[in-house]
Amino acid sequence: MSKTVAVIDYGMGNLHSVASALEKVGAELEGGVTVQVTDNPELILAADRVIFPGVGAIRDCMAELKNRGLDELVQEVAATKPMLGICVGMQALMEHSEENGGVDCLDVLPGRVKFFGKDLRDAQGQRLKVPHMGWNTVKHCGDHPLWQGIPDNSRFYFVHSYYIEAPEFVAATADYGVEIHAALSCDNVFAVQFHPEKSGDMGLRLLRNFLQWELPAASFFPVED
Amino acid sequence: MALAKRIIPCLDVDKGRVVKGVNFVGIRDAGDPVEVAKRYNEQGADEITFLDITATHEDRATTVHTVEQIAAEVFIPLTVGGGIRKIEDIRTMLNAGADKVAINSAAIHNPEFVREAAERFGSQCIVIAIDAKRVDDVDGQPRWEIFTHGGRKPTGINAVEWAIKMVDFGAGEVLLTSMDGDGTKAGYDLLLTHAISDAVAVPVIASGGVGTLQHLVDGVTEGGADAVLAASIFHFAEHTVPEAKAYMAERGIEVRL
Repeated sequence: MSKTVAVIDYGMGNLHSVASALEKVGAELEGGVTVQVTDNPELILAADRVIFPGVGAIRDCMAELKNRGLDELVQEVAATKPMLGICVGMQALMEHSEENGGVDCLDVLPGRVKFFGKDLRDAQGQRLKVPHMGWNTVKHCGDHPLWQGIPDNSRFYFVHSYYIEAPEFVAATADYGVEIHAALSCDNVFAVQFHPEKSGDMGLRLLRNFLQWELPAASFFPVED
Repeated sequence: MALAKRIIPCLDVDKGRVVKGVNFVGIRDAGDPVEVAKRYNEQGADEITFLDITATHEDRATTVHTVEQIAAEVFIPLTVGGGIRKIEDIRTMLNAGADKVAINSAAIHNPEFVREAAERFGSQCIVIAIDAKRVDDVDGQPRWEIFTHGGRKPTGINAVEWAIKMVDFGAGEVLLTSMDGDGTKAGYDLLLTHAISDAVAVPVIASGGVGTLQHLVDGVTEGGADAVLAASIFHFAEHTVPEAKAYMAERGIEVRL
């Protein structure tokens, strides 16, 4: 039976790209992968792995998650199976976001979401446009199965006006006037600020790595004393 | 290392074929849009812009289908413009797989449309497309005005002021086409590009008039553009995307190689 990956659909934006990128890389894997774009809690809990995407404003995202009763579900998934947060999905996993006057998020990962500011400048004093839109280099902080086959400092496609600052679990950084925590990794949760589904071959490689990511059994079944 | 300047091949599509005109007239066929998009993706294009120049409603169904086919095979950002007049048009294109939509004349008829679109779908997917022509003031000061209907109809709107207003309304990017330059291969209108890039905080894509690789460089270094768009130099194989990137990189511009 093929493995299943659920893409959580909570009405925030278009999940077509994520789903078709997963279908493309999944078709190349042995046994294939069934991609389900869904807001059905049973399907999400039954999936082997879960993608938590997101676009748009954080207040709307959090409101939609709560409306559909998916906020606690995401927290549960984050504690039990491989999960990949993308862009605003990643931001929603943090403690708090400055966007929309301040919004409490899901608190799955420690750290905050901050605004780039209206007068963002690079090290030479040149003005930087906001949103941070385009291909930036992503610098790995150590090895991780999701970086397999992806050279350090490869470029990925970003589009965002708020960025993450996390005290730990940083898997990669990017530079845009400030240091962006471009990827976070904590146990079975991996989260990226960029869009792997829009980042050409390197993005597809990261999605493939996610589909093949095997966690040590211990992280699923903690040994009880 | 910093953010790369983007190179964006543009597909002007009419009745399911890529075409390219000079000053918006005199059309040449440049192939099947899905094949052309795949070719640019393989060449390392940073993004693709698809402008539907089909006039009739019936042919728009073809456009949606073409966008779906491109999005199923090309995993880089895709902007779709042309005929985006209603919220429903945006939803249709995003569902077909577009990442951004470019709004042009609908914004002129109803500026609030841009605000509504940005609130509904987020600024990151709303591009304001501006077609401008130079119409200097009586004292010779450069000034640009928005034109519609393929450059035939003046609107009296100042292009720089319009860009500021549209960004204020929520547009997340500006696609700036010089109607004087479009199809001429004489280079971007660098003064115009610079004026608008300076005036807004969001990224600006320079468009209209690319004939040489040096024009792409000038768009960034003199025009201050964040991305450069070109059509015919790529369509008719005068240059490839890797050639353009190598040329820009040699001149100190950060690109994705």
